[in-house]
Amino acid sequence: MLSVQDIHKRYGDHEVLKGVSLEAKAGDVISIIGSSGSGKSTFLRCINFLEQPNAGKIIVGGTEVLTVPDKNGALKVQDAKQLQKIRTKLAMVFQNFNLWSHLTVIENIIEAPMHVLGLSRAEAEERARHYLEKVGLNPQVEAKYPAHMSGGQQQRVAIARALAMHPDVLLFDEPTSALDPELVGEVLKVMQKLAEEGRTMVVVTHEMGFARNISNHVMFLHQGRTEEEGAPDQVFDAPRSDRLRQFLSGSLK
Amino acid sequence: MFYGYGGVLLTGVWQTIQLALLSLLVAVVIGLAGASAKLSRSTPLRLVATAYTTLIRGVPDLVLMLLIFYSIQIGLNQVTDALKWDQIDINPFLAGVLTIGFIYGAYFTETFRGAFISVPRGQLEAGHAFGMTGAQVFRRILFPQMMRFALPGLANNWQVILKATALVSIIGLSDLVKAATDAGKGTFNMFYFMIWLGAIYLVLTSLSNLVLNKLNKRYAVGVRGAQL
Amino acid sequence: MTVLETLQTYWQAYLYNDGSQMSGLAMTLWLLVLSLAIGFAMALVLATARVSQYKALSIPVRVYSYVFRGTPLYVQLLLIYSGIYGITFVQKTELLSMFFRNGFNCAVLAFALNTCAYTTEIFVGAIRNIPYGEVEAARAFGMSWFTLYRRIILPSALRRALPMYSNEVILMLHATSIAFAATVPDLLKVARDVNAATYQPFTAFGIAAVLYLVVSFVLVYLFRIAERKWLAFQAPAGR
Repeated sequence: MLSVQDIHKRYGDHEVLKGVSLEAKAGDVISIIGSSGSGKSTFLRCINFLEQPNAGKIIVGGTEVLTVPDKNGALKVQDAKQLQKIRTKLAMVFQNFNLWSHLTVIENIIEAPMHVLGLSRAEAEERARHYLEKVGLNPQVEAKYPAHMSGGQQQRVAIARALAMHPDVLLFDEPTSALDPELVGEVLKVMQKLAEEGRTMVVVTHEMGFARNISNHVMFLHQGRTEEEGAPDQVFDAPRSDRLRQFLSGSLK
Repeated sequence: MFYGYGGVLLTGVWQTIQLALLSLLVAVVIGLAGASAKLSRSTPLRLVATAYTTLIRGVPDLVLMLLIFYSIQIGLNQVTDALKWDQIDINPFLAGVLTIGFIYGAYFTETFRGAFISVPRGQLEAGHAFGMTGAQVFRRILFPQMMRFALPGLANNWQVILKATALVSIIGLSDLVKAATDAGKGTFNMFYFMIWLGAIYLVLTSLSNLVLNKLNKRYAVGVRGAQL
Repeated sequence: MTVLETLQTYWQAYLYNDGSQMSGLAMTLWLLVLSLAIGFAMALVLATARVSQYKALSIPVRVYSYVFRGTPLYVQLLLIYSGIYGITFVQKTELLSMFFRNGFNCAVLAFALNTCAYTTEIFVGAIRNIPYGEVEAARAFGMSWFTLYRRIILPSALRRALPMYSNEVILMLHATSIAFAATVPDLLKVARDVNAATYQPFTAFGIAAVLYLVVSFVLVYLFRIAERKWLAFQAPAGR
């Protein structure tokens, strides 16, 4: 479904990613954990080219993203159209929601299905209502603007917006880090439901309990490398590397 | 380069600068008075100041210039007639300065009012709490801070005044525009002198930009950028 | 002549027709609408160029807007109306000569170029005010550059620009009063003619001032309604 091979990323002289890979089959839920600065968010953003990697391969549903090196040594997408098409298959949920603030809830959700996928308004709205219900939001929020909602509600709208693309893979970039503690639960609950439905998900997160419960594979990133990875039981209960042990003791207190 | 009109143009530049600076002075004084009136406890004062800023800012400056400039002389004539005095002729330059100052005083009123409101109340209370008198609080705390908040607005208003002085040739004053059009007519090369006219204004606005940005940087320590 | 008599004699000229052509308020509004429409359309394109990462696009726009914002509109109008028509080449080229001989054309050209420069800066500020994450989200959802601008950046920026733009519209209404310098029979030109005929500047210009004031108020009111509608997304909840 998604194959990411040997991603390298440099900012000037500083190498943030030193060859990170990931394989996701249909229905996999992969959590990426690590301290801040480990490169986990950068890695996720490289997958849909929000950041340009310096080396590596990205294959989505059997199609490789074609790239050429640009003058700074970063990989530039050869064909913008191909990237746009691939991005529609990798829907992203951001840390800060990034809902379009001038659009209402329903307009946010139907925007890309209508203007990128080319759905009719009726089809797009039907999808939107279906997924709003799925993320547990009352139909009355439809006409609200994002600024008038709580962070938890906004993030659930952002998840509905991602689902409405009917993507192959859902990418989550620390989806609960910007939320007040009491709002984290409602978002995690929605994500758990999606995992149980068998959706393919890649989740960068700080929520260790959550990563352990919903994922079938956990990657621990440290200083731009995959320090350790495996099934959640193994990673959380029998960590082999010192770094992971230190990290877990710090965050599991 | 100027076909003998260099001196005329130079005089024009000087007239325009004088006019703009003196008008600025009048406008700042009116603006301070206007802002005080708008913030005062007296209802009639507030009403007069509000009427002044609303009316002035709702009518084109050129219309006001013509209205005020021509009416001052006629009004004065009526007064002198009634008192059976001899006619007093107003100095047109002075009338121009007063007219422009009066118009842009309204814009300065709003700038100063905004700046005044931006000074945190707590700092004034702190002044009082440390035993300062009302006058001391105004002179030592309120005024210097207010000027810092007002500076970006002042800079903007100055640019507007400088450009507005281009209109005074319409009410018959001699300035840079008049000098350049005279030169253009005299040499039958209007285009050439109009390009020079624009270039000179561009130099004047750029220079004042430069100075004002420097001032702004120096006085804006700890003040977030504001736009008028 | 009393104010009432002046009004009785000249009201038609002040409002819409001086006996031979469109004049007064109607002419002022026509000038305003034309120059705003042209300036707005051009500013959309220029603002997009001005925020572009390609210097070949952004630098010429910056120079243009700097020059037109750094010089008085009156000077720009004089240059276009008296200056350009004086060039022999222009007089000898039929199309150019036809265009620049006409004061109305020159006034609209000068006003449109002038308001476009200010409007471009307003739009640029609004585009830069859009949270970057929203642009990133649009990219992540597969939008092309054109869709991104058409659906997300420009709609969002135009709403954010509304308060500043309403100010620009009022300033432009006032700026049209300089059109008489190109012999366009606008509201102020009528007032000047009435003053010349009656020697009553206070009445002649006062009537014009009141009309400008009324139009300004109406515009402010209309923009307030527009802001309530299009800036609702920014207002705090419960309003």
